Amino acid sequence: MAQPTNFGFGEEQVMLRDSARKFFQDSLPVDKLHALVAADPDPHRPLVTQWAPELWQQMVDLGWTMLAVPERVGGMDLGAVAVAALCEESGRAAFPSPLLATANVSYILAAANSTAADAALEAIAGGAAATYAGIDSRGSWEYADTDVEVRDGKLSGTAYYVQDAQKVSQFLVKARNGAAVELYWVAADATGIALEIDAIVDLTRDQARVCFDGVTAELVATDAGAALHQAMPALWTMVAADMVGAAEWQLQTTVEYARVRKQFDRELGFFQAVKHPLVNVMLEIDQTKSLVYNAACALDSEPEAAARTAHMAKASASDMAAYASSRSVQFHGGIGFTWECYIHLYFKRQMHNQMLWGDAAYHRAKLADLVIGPVAA
Amino acid sequence: MSDAARKDTPEQAEFRQYCRDWLQDNLPPEPPVRLPLSPLEIMTEPQLHYLQDWQKKAYDAGLVGCDYPVDCGGGGRNDCQRVANAEIAAVRTPFFPNVIGLGMAAPTVFFHAREDKKRELLPRLLSGEDIWCQGFSEPGAGSDLASVQTFAERKGDKWIINGHKVWTSLAHFAEWMILLLRTDKSHKYDGLSYFVVPIRSELGKSITVRPLIKITGETGFNEVIFDNLEVDDAYRLDEVGKGWQVAMTTLAHERGAGELVTPRSGGRGKSAGKESGSVFGSSALVDLAKTSFRNGKTAADDAVIRDRIMQEMIREEGFKQSSRRARVQGLQDHPMRIPLQNKLLMTEITQDVAELATEIEGAAGSLYLADPNAPAGGRWPMAYMNSFGMTIAAGANEVQRNILGERVLGLPKSK
Ligand SMILES: Cc1cc2nc3c(=O)[nH]c(=O)nc-3n(C[C@H](O)[C@H](O)[C@H](O)COP(=O)(O)OP(=O)(O)OC[C@H]3O[C@@H](n4cnc5c(N)ncnc54)[C@H](O)[C@@H]3O)c2cc1C
Repeated sequence: MAQPTNFGFGEEQVMLRDSARKFFQDSLPVDKLHALVAADPDPHRPLVTQWAPELWQQMVDLGWTMLAVPERVGGMDLGAVAVAALCEESGRAAFPSPLLATANVSYILAAANSTAADAALEAIAGGAAATYAGIDSRGSWEYADTDVEVRDGKLSGTAYYVQDAQKVSQFLVKARNGAAVELYWVAADATGIALEIDAIVDLTRDQARVCFDGVTAELVATDAGAALHQAMPALWTMVAADMVGAAEWQLQTTVEYARVRKQFDRELGFFQAVKHPLVNVMLEIDQTKSLVYNAACALDSEPEAAARTAHMAKASASDMAAYASSRSVQFHGGIGFTWECYIHLYFKRQMHNQMLWGDAAYHRAKLADLVIGPVAA
Repeated sequence: MSDAARKDTPEQAEFRQYCRDWLQDNLPPEPPVRLPLSPLEIMTEPQLHYLQDWQKKAYDAGLVGCDYPVDCGGGGRNDCQRVANAEIAAVRTPFFPNVIGLGMAAPTVFFHAREDKKRELLPRLLSGEDIWCQGFSEPGAGSDLASVQTFAERKGDKWIINGHKVWTSLAHFAEWMILLLRTDKSHKYDGLSYFVVPIRSELGKSITVRPLIKITGETGFNEVIFDNLEVDDAYRLDEVGKGWQVAMTTLAHERGAGELVTPRSGGRGKSAGKESGSVFGSSALVDLAKTSFRNGKTAADDAVIRDRIMQEMIREEGFKQSSRRARVQGLQDHPMRIPLQNKLLMTEITQDVAELATEIEGAAGSLYLADPNAPAGGRWPMAYMNSFGMTIAAGANEVQRNILGERVLGLPKSK
């Protein structure tokens, strides 16, 4: 299959992108975001998740969670580029919500391709928020690794590093059943589920360990590996899209500062030691953004290239975000080192993003496996 | 015999043995409270008092201020501070809290203050009883330090000071401040003068100290506002209009390129490796990699991680060996070439080591201080964020590169 030249990014996608940008800007501008999530700077503060559920409800009502759901089960098919554009805007606003988490689950369920999975997708199309609980205690991204087990048809064990666990009503759980690794769909408030909240660096997210103690759940995939193999490129692509948006905010905010702050009778941006790195941040953002749209387009139009292009997008995004973050703090000087300066929100979100679903080195290693072939044992 | 010991003078050799013996019997007890990563993040009185006790004890034993004259409260020794520093580093102790005092104020006061003021101020500075802070930066004067606007007006043998300093580390605990200000508005550099002024005794009167919160959520630096502070002319350092030259003494020491060796202590509380003297923690990365999982596997088995840790170790060793080479006659091409690199290398290696640590931790790198499961108590993400304080403060690294390019390489001067 070949990709369309415009990445599948047509008029409808432009409209979606623009209205998303306006929605995030109007409903949670950065000063309000800071007041919402950073009111208490104490690193030992109680772990209360700060977000705006009413805004999330509006996003659901706008149909944004239906974008990653296939049309056949009530979704709205504007293609993965539309989801990428939405995630990019959400990243630009450092918006706290289960948008990425719910899209992730939608992609995995769509790949699971079962009646039960379709029913779960219908729930998402109907407004349910969900997150994927598939990481083990060792932070493994491998499809076969999980610390949740199926015993007597019920889930037991713990899923780690579960993203936005407090903002969702459903979990998609990866569990080992004898020799098989399966996926289960379960309500977040089901009997036998307990959350242990992680104290994380990122103020715009929440994360938890989800503990299962004999929980009854719906089997949605008997071969988790196959579903994940197909779906993970979408997860890598969407988090990379979030990072592109966040980095663009970091760039523009820092450029703006470098244009007004004067030292030595010159704006900071006059100095090439400031100007050139900012241009380099721009180069890296643009490289990454192109790789992200290529990967998103591949999901729909060139599935055989999905993994390769998504590894490229996430590897590029992780390095790019580290650099954009570091320069945004450095060029703000003393101000940039303070809590009251908004850039720390993005710095911390990017730190989280860089690691999420594998950092740059991980994705380059996986890419090398695809391109060069696996390392001889 | 260690490299250092082999080249000791008889005085240094004897002092080294003395330090070793003393340290063996006098290591401070475990702290009753959690300590911050560096003195710049001391937030509470219990933290401060524990650290002050340690500095006082080390001072009383002669390990702090060894090279200062006896009448200034020093040990009257010759080039012995580096010996004490090395021996202290080898056993890993808490740090001395009075960093700005020891590293910047002491040499500046020593080289530029009136004799009676040296005798008045230095003993309690060296002992750590008086905490010092540095009032250089202002909202409009950071990198361009010479544009400070805080003003002192002469009234007989007094000066009346008004203005606004910012980012002032440790001001919330400080008795004294070194203060760069303006005495003449018509000349940029020659209009500057340098004072030491009391802080704590003037709080709530002519001085207001307001804490600022850092990117990590910690406090530690402040805004300081002067509202008609009256200071005796005797607390002026050097001549009126010579403030910039005095500030150069401070900055040279701040950047590790000064004449006097700063008394140093620290290393405890870091989750560092067994090898001592790993200033930036690259050896701590080895331990971290052995106990961390990346994508389900021990990070120390990951070829990429191994390579990156080795890169940082090599940089750290290069830094150490450069400091050593800088002391060897005939082995450097320009006297300031290595000293002026110290600040850049120190801060950038520290930053990169901390960033690498969070990568080694993989998914667990998302966990912060309050999480009981955070590797090393969440110190690495915190250290990474704090490292930007170091690449920004004491002359942002961009400015530092200008200085190296201009002073050492002779490239054309920017501004
Ligand atoms: C943790 C911390 C502790 C501090 N403690 C103290 C203290 O105790 N006492 C005190 O007086 N000050 C202190 N400072 C202030 C520090 O010295 C200043 O922040 C620093 O000099 C930079 O000034 P600025 O913040 O105004 O940044 P600016 O001067 O506005 O510069 C912002 C950025 O622009 C870039 N830049 C600036 N000029 C140039 C140039 N000519 N060429 C290229 N790039 C340039 C640099 O990247 C710089 O980081 C502290 C700062 C921090 C972060």
